[in-house]
Amino acid sequence: MTQIIIPHITQKQIVQSISDGKRLDGRGLTDYREVQLEAGIIGSAEGSARVRLGKTEVLVGIKIEVGAPFSDIPNEGVLTVNAELVPLASPTFETGPPGKEAIELARVVDRGIRESKAIALEKLCAIPKKKVFIVFIDIYVLNHDGNLIDASALAALAALLNTKMFKYQVKDGEIEIKPGYTQLPIRNHPIAVTLAKINEKLIVDPELGEEQVMDTRLTMTIEKDGKICAMQKGGSGYFTTQQIMEATKIAQEKSIELRKLMVKG
Amino acid sequence: MPRKTTKKLIDKNGIRADGRKLDELRPIKIEAGVIRNADGSAYIEQGKNKILVGVYGPKEVHPKHLTLLDRALLRCRYHMAPFSVDERKRPAPSRREQELSKVITWAIEPSIFLEHFPRTCIDVFIEVLQANGGTRCAGITAASVALADAGIPMRDLVAACAAGKVEGHLVLDLMDVEDKMGEADLPLALMPNLNAITLLQMDGGLTTDEFEQVVNLALTGCKQIHTLQKEALKARYIAVKKAVEKQ
Amino acid sequence: MPTFYENKQLVTPGDLLAEGNYVAGENAYKEDGKIYSTQLGLVDYEERRVHVVALRAFYIPYIEDTIIGKVVDVGFSGWMLDINAPYLAMLRASDVLDRPFKPQKNDLFSIFNIGDLIIAKVVAYNRTRDPLLTVGEPSLGKITRGQIVEVTPTKIPRLIGRQGSMISMLKRETGCHITLGQNGLVLVSGKTLEDERLAIMAIRKIDQEAHTSGLTDRVTKMIQKEKGGVKHAQKDN
Repeated sequence: MTQIIIPHITQKQIVQSISDGKRLDGRGLTDYREVQLEAGIIGSAEGSARVRLGKTEVLVGIKIEVGAPFSDIPNEGVLTVNAELVPLASPTFETGPPGKEAIELARVVDRGIRESKAIALEKLCAIPKKKVFIVFIDIYVLNHDGNLIDASALAALAALLNTKMFKYQVKDGEIEIKPGYTQLPIRNHPIAVTLAKINEKLIVDPELGEEQVMDTRLTMTIEKDGKICAMQKGGSGYFTTQQIMEATKIAQEKSIELRKLMVKG
Repeated sequence: MPRKTTKKLIDKNGIRADGRKLDELRPIKIEAGVIRNADGSAYIEQGKNKILVGVYGPKEVHPKHLTLLDRALLRCRYHMAPFSVDERKRPAPSRREQELSKVITWAIEPSIFLEHFPRTCIDVFIEVLQANGGTRCAGITAASVALADAGIPMRDLVAACAAGKVEGHLVLDLMDVEDKMGEADLPLALMPNLNAITLLQMDGGLTTDEFEQVVNLALTGCKQIHTLQKEALKARYIAVKKAVEKQ
Repeated sequence: MPTFYENKQLVTPGDLLAEGNYVAGENAYKEDGKIYSTQLGLVDYEERRVHVVALRAFYIPYIEDTIIGKVVDVGFSGWMLDINAPYLAMLRASDVLDRPFKPQKNDLFSIFNIGDLIIAKVVAYNRTRDPLLTVGEPSLGKITRGQIVEVTPTKIPRLIGRQGSMISMLKRETGCHITLGQNGLVLVSGKTLEDERLAIMAIRKIDQEAHTSGLTDRVTKMIQKEKGGVKHAQKDN
């Protein structure tokens, strides 16, 4: 993947502005961009949602299929997360199989959902050891303007929350699909919050220009009771212990704010 | 997961399963300029099809050895999202997608003044987000709008539409079940002002007579779609103008 | 020998604009005595010449154009610049260093680095070769302050206005220094970020509403209203 080169003068302005406690687009250091959410927009998917985070746009579609369980967990359904940096979304995205960036994105989102046990996978087993349901979460990036991780995690959660699970019965060792649907069993609402460090200041939700100048980033995924269930430090810079503790506090606060947009009541 | 249907596709009054007449298009919505990062873009909904197109270029060619010295290289990529169909599609491009990418490139190529920009390339990315039959045609229709939106000089827009034969009737704009259960499907692309056909494929069986009628039916579809393409390109500017005049 | 639209009417690629004894100007082509549009734009009939002012366009270099480019590569003999055109542009090291250039002695990175913005002039360009730039005139060279706004290159004339009326108004009302790159990149540098923000807002409005009339008045009013608003807000504090 090639990189977009942000002009030096813009880079300097981003850093200068953040040092003064404000960002170039007028946001405060711990403000997210506007989040817009549309759920259930893809009829061919069992669940779907589009999230716009400022100009970043991510579509998630969920498909459920019958397949074999993993041999070490024969009584549980399978979760698979895949991310595509669709080439129409940015001049830097290329055709071909997912690169390292797409794979990291998919894995960070996967970890949040898996470790928070958001999906009741044990309820997705039809015939132990033989037939279970596979939940495919496909992340489709449609416009890249920074912080793909948080946008994708939000879209994945929103899509899971409107995923319909078809009714079925097991007859003679075969799965028979019956008319009608139920909700996919979801019991946790993990929210990813990504912070970037720029000139020793912590900011949330970095946009593309900020990602280019950031020293490093940290993503924390927070469960609905405030517990941290997944983390990912990205970029070659470093954090001090103090900064990580501060980041934890910010992430927990922000996760409450973002979860309110996802889950009503 | 797919579910089976056994419903008849056309009733005795000549009304199709989705309520359309034989020669009626599905409802179509086209919007230009929908992807911020792209040089040009468009979104189309045609019935249950939902397709997004982004255009990048003309720009430097990568890899360099593909460079053409006398004209621009046009590359169209048709790709379906894994969740766009009933049974999840694997993300890697299938043989079908690769063939469609090629015929779509051929359908669009004649419409662009490629000779104006030697040694560059124009990338057209067609992403099918939801598919329900006729996606190659809807993809071409949207791609042409996206190219105009990118400011790439063109001889004409390219509008595309299929026609075919279902349960003995000649029908316009087949949806998925009609394509799968029907007797013939003929996708066609047209540069309407120049009356030039740039895509023609067919599968199924038609007599010479039926073939002629089906081609003409597809052409009427293309012409209606052409009007919608033009409206989509102008919409933004008309809206700004109206807002200004209101002040 | 008819024409098919009114002056300044919106047309799309392939629209038949005129038939017969007409000449195809910019963004139009002639085939079998018929003139068609090649772009989404506003048709302009000037006597026998038919052309289209494109509303969506990318930059095509012309010799003598002043442009703003971004350094994307540094080679042995010079710099490659992204100038918002289909082709990268070349700025030769010899253009900057007045003595004959010795690659081993002079570090090009210390002069212009990747990510630097440069105001330059196009000195050569044709179908077979990439655009060649120079910075060898006063007012050309590296940009050290200000902000960049991107507009559709075909709308630069609208930003200038009749006899420069729009651009002088913009400079006067916002107090910003404004450099127009013919390639659609505009440099705005003012005393405060607030001044720059105002100028950028006005430039974006002109870009969006270029195809409407009475634009200078509306933009002037908008700036004055915004300035009034800012003063008002300051008073409230």
